[in-house]
Amino acid sequence: MTGRVDRSHMPEPGRVPPTRFPVVRTGRLSNGLALKTVEHPGPPVVTFRLTMPVGSASDPEHAHGLAALTADLLDEGSIERTALELHAALDLIGARLGTEVGADSTTVTLTTVARHALQGAGLLAEIVATPRFDASDVGRVRDLRRSRVRQLRAVSSAVADRIFLGTLFPDHPYGHLGIGTDTSLASLTPAQVTAFHRDAYQLELATLIGVGALTHEEIGDVAERTFGALPVRPPASEAVVAPAVLNAAGPPSARLVLVDRPAAVQSELRVGHVAVARATPDYHALQVLNVVLGGQFVSRLNQRLREEKGYTYGVRTGFDYRRAPGPFAMQGSVQADATVECVQEVLSQMAVIGGDCPVTLAELEMARAALTRGFARGFETASQVARGVASLVLHELPASYYDTFVPEVEAVDADAVTAAATAHLRAGEAVAVIVGPADQLMSDLPALGLGDPVRVDP
Amino acid sequence: MLDFSKYTLDNGLDVIVHEDHRCPIAAVNLWYHVGSKNERPGRTGLAHLFEHLMFEGSAHHDSGYFAPLQKAGASLNGSTNCDRTNYWEVVPTNALELALWLESDRLGYLLPALTSARFENQREVVLNERRQSYENRPYGLALMALMSALFPSDHPYHWTTIGHAEDIRAATLEDAHAFFQTYYHPGNASLTVAGDVDTEPVLELVRRHFEEIPAGSPVPAVVTGAESQRNPTPAAVDTRLLLEDRVELPRLYLAWRSPRLFSDGDADMDLLAELLAGGKTSRLYRTLVYERRLATDVSAAQGSREIDGWFCLIATAAPGSELMELEQVIVEELAALADTGPSEAELQRGLTQVEVQFVYRLQTVGGFNGRSDQLNAYNVYAGDPGFMARDRARYRSTTAERVRGAVRQLHEPGRIALSVVPDGAVERALPGSRPAVVS
Repeated sequence: MTGRVDRSHMPEPGRVPPTRFPVVRTGRLSNGLALKTVEHPGPPVVTFRLTMPVGSASDPEHAHGLAALTADLLDEGSIERTALELHAALDLIGARLGTEVGADSTTVTLTTVARHALQGAGLLAEIVATPRFDASDVGRVRDLRRSRVRQLRAVSSAVADRIFLGTLFPDHPYGHLGIGTDTSLASLTPAQVTAFHRDAYQLELATLIGVGALTHEEIGDVAERTFGALPVRPPASEAVVAPAVLNAAGPPSARLVLVDRPAAVQSELRVGHVAVARATPDYHALQVLNVVLGGQFVSRLNQRLREEKGYTYGVRTGFDYRRAPGPFAMQGSVQADATVECVQEVLSQMAVIGGDCPVTLAELEMARAALTRGFARGFETASQVARGVASLVLHELPASYYDTFVPEVEAVDADAVTAAATAHLRAGEAVAVIVGPADQLMSDLPALGLGDPVRVDP
Repeated sequence: MLDFSKYTLDNGLDVIVHEDHRCPIAAVNLWYHVGSKNERPGRTGLAHLFEHLMFEGSAHHDSGYFAPLQKAGASLNGSTNCDRTNYWEVVPTNALELALWLESDRLGYLLPALTSARFENQREVVLNERRQSYENRPYGLALMALMSALFPSDHPYHWTTIGHAEDIRAATLEDAHAFFQTYYHPGNASLTVAGDVDTEPVLELVRRHFEEIPAGSPVPAVVTGAESQRNPTPAAVDTRLLLEDRVELPRLYLAWRSPRLFSDGDADMDLLAELLAGGKTSRLYRTLVYERRLATDVSAAQGSREIDGWFCLIATAAPGSELMELEQVIVEELAALADTGPSEAELQRGLTQVEVQFVYRLQTVGGFNGRSDQLNAYNVYAGDPGFMARDRARYRSTTAERVRGAVRQLHEPGRIALSVVPDGAVERALPGSRPAVVS
């Protein structure tokens, strides 16, 4: 029989075991394509991730959705194979293929079991380098994406995201969702897709990342045999949106936007403004600030709106770090009759955290600990590691970034958090987007002090 | 497969330990064998509401559970379905004791901290979860309509886990206390600790924290009502239902009763779902989406649960097409498969997908569907944490003829066809559909 536990106080966790991000080996294939490999022992899985710094911010002005449509079409047939033949080959090795198109980047990922690494990487190379873009396939996939756009009009969170970006970034490459609009998609042609692929999907700016239960040499050998003979050229200059254009975000088009969703039982909210680029030197202080304000369950806003008031299933805040200043946003869905109170609470908390109610020592310790002590579990799987490496590449971070992350966060003090809040949170300029029942909300909206709401259709 | 050790404490708690020393984290995963199937009509949603209350504090830590755990670097969550409620933490290994201390405190000493104020607050949170995830989400009420049509009103799967809003409003603090006293016992729980841990010290820690908790009374059996007992087989008629919703495109749901989890035919149905709608070369994707372009998407699932199961096909009409056309193609494809059975290549494709899924599932030790969650699932549903090998064998032993048998079952009477159509467009439902009642 063992002794009973002392319940008069909780056990104090001891020292966190030291963790290091795995070793990343950097090299180039014989054709010059950048390669990063990581040995990740464990389940026999390997993941290849090709990432390129060209995303939906590179959509031409009247062709929103082109980058994402192009990415979606990569696996719809290659020069060698039809879409069904390509997918039969993927299925044969149990591969999982994924594409992600962000504002600043496009990533194509293939994961398979380690013994099929060569076939998997070969398929990834075929998919990325030699898509066929048949007119019939382009038409079919474009129609599917138009249907998706239509479906999203009924999804509050998607409507809120679209209107929020459009309001924050009028006439700016960050002002639209990657999927585009029905009108823009309807105008896209196979020739545009082919041209975008030719101009933007060039391997000089790309990086291939391989992570899995293989050695560096094995991953490198597979990469060389599959990607090593592809032509490596720079993208056409006009295909990559210029930094000067991205940095020139003007004022928002409105402070308060209301999208009517008649009789809706909740309001979907976005509150925020254009904030800061990933390269900001106070990045770690901003991360701590965000955890305190709304970045995790135990944060000021979630505690207040969920755990005290019960107005919502949960709210979150976040800085969307991009190459140029991206949005800061609070997002959540709240019961309709608490809409105005919730927006007021968000604006108020955004203001006081840099002023009358700065972070307390307890909040500071909690936020730093949450960020640093949870570090290890962020890199358990091959996919997580590959994503971590891709983040270094996309944001041009030093190789030592993950090794210095914990000490950098631990060095953030209360003054640094206050300074970050003062510099990057501007409640007085924040935009609020509300997707909710207009009839019920209109009379209370003046209390927000954001002027008359601009009414827009979903 | 997964190496593990299993012990049962004197109070009935199953303890499973799985070592994996690659990453300095520990996963704690605790299953209670109680879900919405243990509820009674009038108090639906109580199991899930109760799950929320488990995070609000216990006698010796009389405040929220997220704070000490997030401060220790943990991720944590819980979930409820019809059969079970699970809770998990993934912590750096130095915080394993903290996680066990907290888990044991809420199992042993929850009620002194379960106040009326916390109950009322979480009831509001759950009502808002219901609004966000079901009422205000396109097609969000479809599953409720399906379950209530597939299972008779006194069958425990007749209602969905989120429950009826009026039941959630009617629940009382006394209901919550009684629910805890009835179901939250060591003998009704399964605890797995996995990760960078050593088995003997973990067992010692678990004993020190959990052994003092009394066994409690045996848990009452699941109540299946007279109608369900009299008529355990599917209703011998097809049913057509419609639901108007704030959606842009009509969607068709076809559902059947099917074998329960791990019973004969369950794996065949699972494989059938893969052959019909898994990936772009599957029969229904190829025909409906790729070739004829009648649908924007199609999916299939064998939803096998502990005491019963259902098989479901879902397809959304592309602009310009109608649900009747989708239904016709699906019926034709099912008939063709029943007629000839799958080809050898098709069967192999399906089996490969199942096989790699078993490999991909091994990548995380904690969280939903991580290895610790799987060990508990096998322990609770099959009585053996090592059931994974037999689980895989179920698929490996299937044949084209058995898949053919599975699809033939979909031709028996008892099909539910639910049309979800845009508000005001009832004429776009399958002909003869009557309104489904959902709340």
